Formats: sequence, structure tokens, C-alpha cells
Amino acid sequence: MPETVIERAAAATPAQIARPLRSLSDRALAWIFIAPTIFLLLAVNIFPLIWTIRLSFTNFRANRPNAEVQFVGLENYRRILTDPDVWATMQVTAHFLIATLVLQVVIGFALAWLINQKFRGNDLWTTIIVLPMMLSPAVVGNFWTFLYQPQIGLFNAAVSFFTGGDPAGFSMIGEVALAPWAIVIVDTWMWTPFVMLICLAGLRSIPQSIYEAAECDRASKWRQFVTITLPMVLPFLMLAVLFRGIENFKMFDLVVQLTGGGPGSTTELTSITLKREAFEKWRTGYASAYAIILFVAVFGISSIYVKALNKVKAR
Amino acid sequence: MKSRTRNYLAASASAATAASILAASSAQSAELTLCWAAWDPANALVELSKDFEAQSGHKMSFEFVPWPNFADRMLNELNSAGQLCDLMIGDSQWIGGSAESGHYVKLNDFFAAQGIDMADFIPATVTGYAEWPKGTPNYWALPAFGDVVGWTYRKDWFSRPDLQAEFQAKHGRALDAPKTLEELKQVAEFFQGREIDGKTVYGASIYTERGSEGITMGVTNALYNYGFQYGNPANPYELEGFVNSADAVAGLEFYKSLYDCCTPPGSSDWYMSENIDAYKSGQVAMQMNFAFIWPGVHADPNVGGDRSGYFPNPAGPNGHFAQLGGQGISVVSYSDNQEAALEYIKWFAQPAVQQRWWEMGGYSALRAVVEDPSFATSQPYAQTFLDSMAIVKDFWAEPAYASLLLAMQDRVHNYVVAGNGTAKEALDGLVQDWIEVFKDEGKL
Repeated sequence: MPETVIERAAAATPAQIARPLRSLSDRALAWIFIAPTIFLLLAVNIFPLIWTIRLSFTNFRANRPNAEVQFVGLENYRRILTDPDVWATMQVTAHFLIATLVLQVVIGFALAWLINQKFRGNDLWTTIIVLPMMLSPAVVGNFWTFLYQPQIGLFNAAVSFFTGGDPAGFSMIGEVALAPWAIVIVDTWMWTPFVMLICLAGLRSIPQSIYEAAECDRASKWRQFVTITLPMVLPFLMLAVLFRGIENFKMFDLVVQLTGGGPGSTTELTSITLKREAFEKWRTGYASAYAIILFVAVFGISSIYVKALNKVKAR
Repeated sequence: MKSRTRNYLAASASAATAASILAASSAQSAELTLCWAAWDPANALVELSKDFEAQSGHKMSFEFVPWPNFADRMLNELNSAGQLCDLMIGDSQWIGGSAESGHYVKLNDFFAAQGIDMADFIPATVTGYAEWPKGTPNYWALPAFGDVVGWTYRKDWFSRPDLQAEFQAKHGRALDAPKTLEELKQVAEFFQGREIDGKTVYGASIYTERGSEGITMGVTNALYNYGFQYGNPANPYELEGFVNSADAVAGLEFYKSLYDCCTPPGSSDWYMSENIDAYKSGQVAMQMNFAFIWPGVHADPNVGGDRSGYFPNPAGPNGHFAQLGGQGISVVSYSDNQEAALEYIKWFAQPAVQQRWWEMGGYSALRAVVEDPSFATSQPYAQTFLDSMAIVKDFWAEPAYASLLLAMQDRVHNYVVAGNGTAKEALDGLVQDWIEVFKDEGKL
């Protein structure tokens, strides 16, 4: 009588199936099990990537299926890399990334440090703080548009209350100088809790005994923070920066809802440009080249960053 | 002669086929899907189409998409040869691309077989909504909804004696619906920041939207009237000196000055619905908008009735034009229900149905309706609609219209709203962008 699950399964397998299976090597069996996953990955990730690379060397337009497709060599890449508007968009994206990452890391870490202190209502505050990241970006974009309304918006009213200025005197999403900050504020409001949660996990992973030893050595709180807390949380912080960096590089929905990339091109991120080229202008070949350039950039930067992260973790 | 005979035979055969298809199909009921934008006229069409359902036995369903996503959604559908829509009320600028890519069924033979004559429709709507190439008798749609940019104003504010007197003293003329763009700006400046009934109000809401087509549909109302042209009339793709002429630069500068002086704060990305909201909530004295909103304004409990008036886009120093809106109705070539769809178009083209369409809030393009002596007085905005339709001009309807449009959106928004560079630089840049598009298209 078979006793284990495996033995029972083997006993239940019909002989005509069991016999050829028994003759398979472990490696062959492993391939059979992972084949569906590999097939899916090839179909969903690798094939589109190869297809996109191929399209990037052509003048193909998806809205002209009957038109002749011509091989244009590196022309699409040349046009993109020599277009000042593309570089301006890259610059906007870089500014957005730096501003949001700095703010989210600083505020997220500070919040995590505060939440890590034991106080009454600790859990309630944690729940309240993480609420924004549970909302849909489209919803967040929509209601912040109302909050930023010069005449009826709460944001303008609040600023006016503290500064005494006219609430209708400035438009967060309509002015060149303010629009990038309008997006940074919303993204920070929404995603700082995510950074906070990762930092909190890092803070709670530090053994209490290290602090007790430092106390015995009469280390000040600041010294404990600089020599224990910060180095031990650093890998977590770097991980949060990696996640948020990748997410914000492809930021689309929030910006479209808030400013649509305007005023002018002040908040036009690369993802918006790419979408317009691919699905509004229908320059599929050109957009493919653009996507490949972005892919290489993100992949390169991420690889360097992950190496740095591994070094920090190994210390 | 031989060729003429062959053409005649071919036309007769097509007509006979179309007639037999219609006759045969009337016996079978189909489920037709009509695709259009989600707006007030679409709701009127749903009501109107109930008559068609009752008469034909076909069932109608509708796919309406809000304007900002309409082009994206529907052009994706057409480009992917989707079968969602049997009938498409597509934007006028899609006609070139849809004709050349084979998305729409050519309707010449059908029109001939059914006795539908394009001469019975307002000429501008035939050119704008149905023809490709423009100016040739190749029809891909039936004019379905005439539309044009015009203006709505607060007649009740304009008629206040104190404001009348103040305006008269300042400008030496009565405070009335403006006839020229300069007058429009004066009126807008007059109302900007004024307290009316304890509320701060503003001059005018104008189109400034960046993402789809908004600011282009707005700025052209100034550009055309200052002398902007899409190209050399004798050489269509010669842009230099026409798109960026000194007159065109002045027109763009005017639009920016209107945005800077006289619009509500925060109106940096406004299109149809935002302008309606601003007007109906009593924020602005005037609003630029397509004529489709006028029935809704007239019926509004706060600003409707005698409280609002309507006027065509004012003239500029070098012309008097207004941006054409509106759409034609086409049969989608990927539809399995083409016969029933053609039956719908035949029904829709009938004068009685077009008359009812107007009465329900749809702007008929049938001359028998709009040229009827009672038309001009049938609604307070009817005369303004007629006057506006007489001065229309449309954007490019080239297959590459989307690239041309987005380039203009970027250049104009960058100058008017963001204040980057000069009007000359914006239009010079636009010329370069458009030349690049036409080169890509093999037209230059």
C-alpha cells in the first residue's frame, strides 16, 4: 500500500503513461515542467522585444497596414538622438525622477523612523499613512486636479490661508514654474508610504541587542543613528529607490490626468511622448526605436544600480 | 465612348446590387452598432434611431466615447480592422486616412442608387465630412452633424444699464455681441475680474487643451481671420510664407493676448466641457465652443432662455472664418452588417428624419431643413448657426492629420499657454514639423 503522496500518485498513473515517463531523465522532466512558462515568456516578452527591434529599423506605421514597409537603417535612432525636443523630454523626466526620489526617501524614512517609535495609535497612523498608495492613480490625478483649482481648490485655499495671497492668483497645473512641482507633490503624497513601509521593514530588522551594546558603550543617539541605523537600513532604502525609480521612469497616468504634459511641454515625460508617437501619430517604427533607446537606458542604469546594491548588502 | 459605356454599366450594376441588397436585407433583422462621441447630440440620436428600429426591424446599439479619448479609441478600432462598429460618425479630419486605408465604404454607387444627392446638403459639410480627395466627387460619408465654433454670451449681463453705460463711456459703442476680434477682446477685458452679483467673473473661456485637438480648434478661429493659410492655394504643400506669414503671426499673438488678459485662472487645459462648466456656473461672460452646446445652454435653468445669446466667430483684419466641426456618418468596411448599415444611412438622409433630427437637438446639414424659411427663427441660435456655417474652414484632412494636429497642438500650446518663445518661432517650428510630416508621407 503506497504511503506518501508521491507513491500514491505514481500508483494511480496508468501503466501506458507511467512507462515512457519512467524512461525520462530528471533533466528532461524538468524541461517538460518549465516549458509552458518559457513558452509564455518567449511569446509575451522576448518575441515582442525582438519584433520591436526589427520594427525600429523600418518606417512601418500600424495604421497603414497596406503601405510598403521600407528598411531605413539607423535613421529612426539618428532622428531621435539628434532631436532637441527628445532631449528636453529626457531632461523633464530626469528632473521629475530626482525630485520625487529625494523627497520620497527623506519623508518616507522620517515617517518610518517615527512609526517605529512605540506610541499609542501607532497602527492606526500606519494605516492612515498608507491609504494614498492604495488609490488608483487615475482617481488621484482627477481629485488633485480639483484640489489645484485656483478658484475652488483646497490646495490654493490652504496656501492662501498661510500666505495671505489671492487663491486665484496662481495655478499649480497651469503655470510653467509650478506645474512640475504639482506633479512631484502628488506623486510624493501617493508613494511616500511605499518607501516608508520598506524603510519600516528595514528598521524593524535591526536587532535590538546592537543598540543595547551601543548604549553600554555610551554612544549618543545621533552616533547610533549614523553608525547603526543608517547603514543597516541602506540596502532597504536603495531597494525602495530602485522600485520607485523604475515606476516613475514609466510614469504616465498621473501626469496625463493632472497636466496632460503641459503647459507647453513642461511636464511631458518620455512615456507620454512615446505614447503619442506610437498611438496618436502612428509612427510605429520611430516609436519602436524610441522604446528601444529607453529600454537600453533603464536596463543599463538598473544594472549598475543593482551591482551597487549588492555591494552594499555584502558589506 | 467605350469607357463611358463601361462606366455607365458598372454604375448601373452597382446601383442594382445596392438596391437588391437593401431589398433583401429589409427582410432580415440585424444588430447594428453605431460609434460616436459621448455628448448631447449622441443622446438625441439614440432617441431618433428608435424610429429606425421600429421601421426596419433592426436593433441599434451604440458605442459612445468621451471626446478626449474618441479619436484614440475609434482610430485604434479602425486601424485594427475591428468589427465593433458598423456605422461610424467619425471626425471630419479622419476622412482622408479612413478613405485611403480602406476603413470606410465608398458611398457613390449607393447614393446614386438611392437618389441621395450631395447637392442637397450644405456644401461646406459635403467637402468637410464626405469628400476625399477634397473637391472631388468621391464620397465616404453622409453629412450627419453640422457643427462650427461660435460664441455664447451672457445677454443678461450685457444688458445691464450700469454696465452698458460704463462700456459706452469707455469704448464709445454699445456693449453688444462683438463683430470683430478686437471688439471681442475689449468686451472680454471689460468683464475680466469684475464683480457681478457678488462673484468675481472673467472675460471669456477659450480652447487651450493640449492633449487632443483643443487649442488647435480654438486658435484657428483667430489665425484664419488674421490671414493664416494652410499653404499656397496654387501649390498645396508649399507652407513657408503662408503658415508663418506676418498675418498668421499676428493672429497667434492675438490668441495669446486673449488668453493672457481675459480667461479664468487655471484655464490652461480647457476644451469643450470645461468651457461649458465655466459658462454655466457663471464664471465667464463669453465662451468659445462648438454649436452643439447651444441647445443645452438654451435649456439650462441658470443661464438658459433669454439670459444667453449667440454670435458667430468675429471677423479679423483679413477675413471672416470659423473653425468647422461636425462629422459625417460612414459605413465601416469591416462590418458584417453593411447592408443594414446602408439602410440606416438611407433612412437618416430622408428630409423628414433630418427635420426631426434638428428638432431633437441635432444639427442637420440638409439644405431642405436649414434653408426652410422657418428655420432661422425656430431656435434662438438657429440664425447664428446658419451664419457660422457660411464661413467655415477646416483643418487638414490628410491621412497624416494626427501628426499634423499634434505638431500644431505642441507648438501653439507651448507659445500661448507656456509662454515659450515668440509667435514667429512657434509658426516657423510648425512649418518645419509639417514639412517633415509631408516628407514622410512622400508629398514633398
